[in-house]
Order: sequence, then structure tokens, then C-alpha cells
Amino acid sequence: MDCSHVFEFKVNRLIVVFALFLAVFSGSSVAFAQADSTGVVADSVAAVVHADTVTSGAGHAAVHSEGEHAAGGHENEKFEPTKVIMEHIADSHMWHLWGHTSLPLPVILYTPQGLDFFSSGQFHHGEHDYTSKYTYRLVEDKIKVVGADGHVDEAISGKVVDFSITKNVAAMFLAVLIIVVIFVSVAAAYKKRSGKAPKGLQSLIEPIIIFVRDDIAKPNIGHKHARFMPYLLTVFFFIWVNNLLGLIPIFPGGANVTGNISLTFTLSLFTMIIVNINGNKYYWKHIFLPHVPFWLWPLMVVVEVVGVVSKPFALMIRLFANITAGHIIVLSLISLIFIFKTLAIAPVSVAFVLFMDVLELLVAFLQAFIFTLLTALFIGMAVEEHH
Amino acid sequence: MELVTPSIGLVFWTAIAFICLLILLKKFAWKPILSAIHEREQSIDEALNKAELAKQEMARLTAQNEELMKEARAERDRILKEAKTLKDSIVQEAKTQAHNEGAKLIEKARIEIENQKKAALSELKSQVSALSLDIAERVLRNQLDDKSKQQELVSNLLKDVELN
Repeated sequence: MDCSHVFEFKVNRLIVVFALFLAVFSGSSVAFAQADSTGVVADSVAAVVHADTVTSGAGHAAVHSEGEHAAGGHENEKFEPTKVIMEHIADSHMWHLWGHTSLPLPVILYTPQGLDFFSSGQFHHGEHDYTSKYTYRLVEDKIKVVGADGHVDEAISGKVVDFSITKNVAAMFLAVLIIVVIFVSVAAAYKKRSGKAPKGLQSLIEPIIIFVRDDIAKPNIGHKHARFMPYLLTVFFFIWVNNLLGLIPIFPGGANVTGNISLTFTLSLFTMIIVNINGNKYYWKHIFLPHVPFWLWPLMVVVEVVGVVSKPFALMIRLFANITAGHIIVLSLISLIFIFKTLAIAPVSVAFVLFMDVLELLVAFLQAFIFTLLTALFIGMAVEEHH
Repeated sequence: MELVTPSIGLVFWTAIAFICLLILLKKFAWKPILSAIHEREQSIDEALNKAELAKQEMARLTAQNEELMKEARAERDRILKEAKTLKDSIVQEAKTQAHNEGAKLIEKARIEIENQKKAALSELKSQVSALSLDIAERVLRNQLDDKSKQQELVSNLLKDVELN
């Protein structure tokens, strides 16, 4: 199973390729963002794009596009890639299926007047307000409280905590279900065929489990690895399955679960807690009594304490950025077709998307691997016996 | 900025889902799977060790067999050699014995011949003496026909006796 060297070597090359892609495409998305913020370039782009469809004069087109820009309505033909992409990678109260059909998801709100529970279908895609304990309105997929004057009341909205089963939550539950079904059945296979060679799904899963154990846990944690195996395996498969589901463009997948900062925040919080709970005296001594001249001591303690937080923080950002970037790239490539408004660009787009999807398959595994590896590394540093 | 702001709801549900997943998998999946893998690995290790031991035992047995074969061969050679020596010695002995026996027989025969010869000689002697006596008697008888001659003889005889 000692294939990690080859793996690392190839991975390094792919990381370079991936980084180049990221650089190119994040540059372009920044350009989009700037265009939006300045408005000037956006207008000119909009006008150019618009010239194909709108038959009236240039002045009219410009006015028209500005009007749309302000209203943000969706009956017009104007295509805003940034908005579309951001909508796709953001969380939502509805799970978009196809066309104008969406799966309504339950909304759970914790308000000053108690829990409020209703279906997001009540908003009719944000066109209607819904009144229960308060009057709620869906503004850019955020639930806001509407005051008596018909405007959003930000003060009360700030007090309403949204515990809704959003698209990401639902997708995550689905992933959890899939993982439980897979691994409970694999565990059953182990019981049924104890002592025999693995077979079927079992033989697919077993090398990965052994990979996590022998190439992630053992080298980094050492002989105490057995205690952390459940967490490492769970994190690994949770991230991986969610990553893979995120790559599926149609219904059961497509949610940007692992590219959501909330999820990566939670996972890295768990890692931080586990690392610090299991930190032994050497670990704490290293933080609070580092081997430095006494005049460096205040500085080093600050650095080490920041390090306690910055390590899981880096985990959080890494997973979030990688997965979100992948989704943004794929969506940007698809958006090219709509930006240029021609099918001629489609083969190029599809070819690039295919390439990106294959790369994302690797990244899906890689990010799960890296998250688990670094978690194991941090745990290993915390439980190490001597320095 | 909204993209990088964690929302409480999702954090809450992630935590719940993840902890549930962790507990469920730990109880129903990781424990049985990891222990099964561990057991299997141990049994494989054991089997390999046993195979190694069996191999060593086999080698030992083969060596032993070889040793036994060698010993048996040496034994056989020794026995053959012994038998050969024995045979040689027996033949030699038989030869010597035959030789001795022959020599004895020859000696016996010689003695017999000697004896026979002696007997024959004595017989011959007695015969010769008888014959000579006879002849002498006849000669004497012939010579003593006349008195003178008898006289002469007696005197000759007396002469001899005197000389003695």
C-alpha cells in the first residue's frame, strides 16, 4: 500500500495545473465582479450582448439594461454569470429540479416568539410573503421579516435564526444516508464473511479504509491511531461522498455542500476540538512554554496560540475554496455558452467542463484525503509523547 | 462576503448530521469493519508464520531424510564391504585349509609311500638275503662236493674267526 510517493508526485503536478486554472478563472470571475461593482463595464457588456435580441435603438437598449440591472427581474433575457454562479453555489431554501420546478424544503425559524415551521413553497419562488408568527419574505434566498409598513424590518430579521432544512442540509442528509447504507451493509458483509476475502462493495471499500489507516492514520499518529480511526474515516468518507454528490449536476446531487463555509467550519471545529482535547502535556508545554529565550516568550506564546486556531482555519478555507472554485469553474465554462449566446462555443465549453469534471473527481478525493491527512497530522502532533 | 460567512442553521445541522453519522458508523460500521480487518490480517499473519514454520519443518525433515539416506547408504556400503571381507577371508581360509589339508594328505601319502618303500625294501632285503643264502647254500653245496674244498673253506672260516 506504499503508493503515496507516486501519488504525491502526480498530485503535485495536478496541483500545479489546478492552480493555473484557478488563477486564470478566478481572474476572470474577479473581472466579472469588478464589472458588476463599477457598473460601467457591465453596462457596455450588457449592451453588446443585448444588441442581438433587442431590436430597438442603442439608447433604448442601454436604458433597458440599466432598468433590469436595478430591478433584477428575471423575465428579461439578460444573462448575469456572476449572479447565476453565485446562486448555484450558495445555499437555497428550494431545491431546483428543472425549468421552473423546484422542490420546496421545510423552513424552520427560531424567532423571539418561538419556533416557526412551514414549507418554503409558501413563498412561491419569493413572489409572495408568508405570514405566520411574523410576515416573512424571501429576499435573495434569505428569509427576512417584513414590518407593518411592507418593508423588510432588519432589526427583527436579525433576531430570527434560520434553522431551515435548506438544499445543503437536505443534500448532506442524503449523503449521510448513503454513507450509512454503504458502510452498514459493508459491515454486515464482514460479519457474514468473517475471515474470508472481501467481495463486491466490501472489496471496493476495504482498500480505502486500509489506505486511511495505513497511509493517513498510522504514519501521522503512530500506535495510538486506533482511537482516532472512527473520526478520521468518518471525516474522510463524509467529505468525499459530499464532494462527489456535489459533482452530479442533476437533482440528488449538485448542492455545493463541502464548498460551503458553514460545513467546513463545523468539520474543522471538530478537528480543533479533538486535537485540543487529546493534547498531552508536551503539546501544551510546546504552546505555553516553548523552548525560546525568555524575551521571545510573549511573542512565541501568541504565535502558538494563533497556530492552534489557524491550523483548523486553514483546513476550513482549503476545503471550502477548492470545492467552491471547482463549482465556479464548471459553471463559468457552462456560462460561456450563454454569455456568447451561440451554440458554437458549446463543444469547447463541454470539452473544458469534461476536463474539469474529471479533475474535480480527483480533487474530490484529494480534498477529503488532505483534510483527513492534516487532521491526523494535527492529532499526531498533539498526542506525540516526546520532543 | 456572504459566501464566507457561516450560517448558524447549516452549522447546526452539519454538527447534528456529522455527530449522528460518527456515532452510527462507529457503532455499526467502523468497529466491526476494523476489527474484522484486524482479525483477518492477524489470521493471515498467523497463516504465513505457520507456513514458514511448516517450510522450516519440511526442510528439517528433508535434511533428516537426506541424513538417514546417507547413513543407510553408508551402512549398506559398510555391510557390503564387510561381506566382501568376510567372503575374502572365508575363501582365503578355505584355500589355506584346502592347502593344509592337501599338504597333510601329501605328507600322509609320502609317509605311507615311505613306509611302503621301507616295507618293500625290508621285504626285498629279506628276499635278497634268503636268495643269497639260497645261492650261497647252492654255491657252497656245489663247492663242498669235494673234501678238499670243504677243508679249505673251513680253514678260511676259521681264519676269519681267529682274526676276529
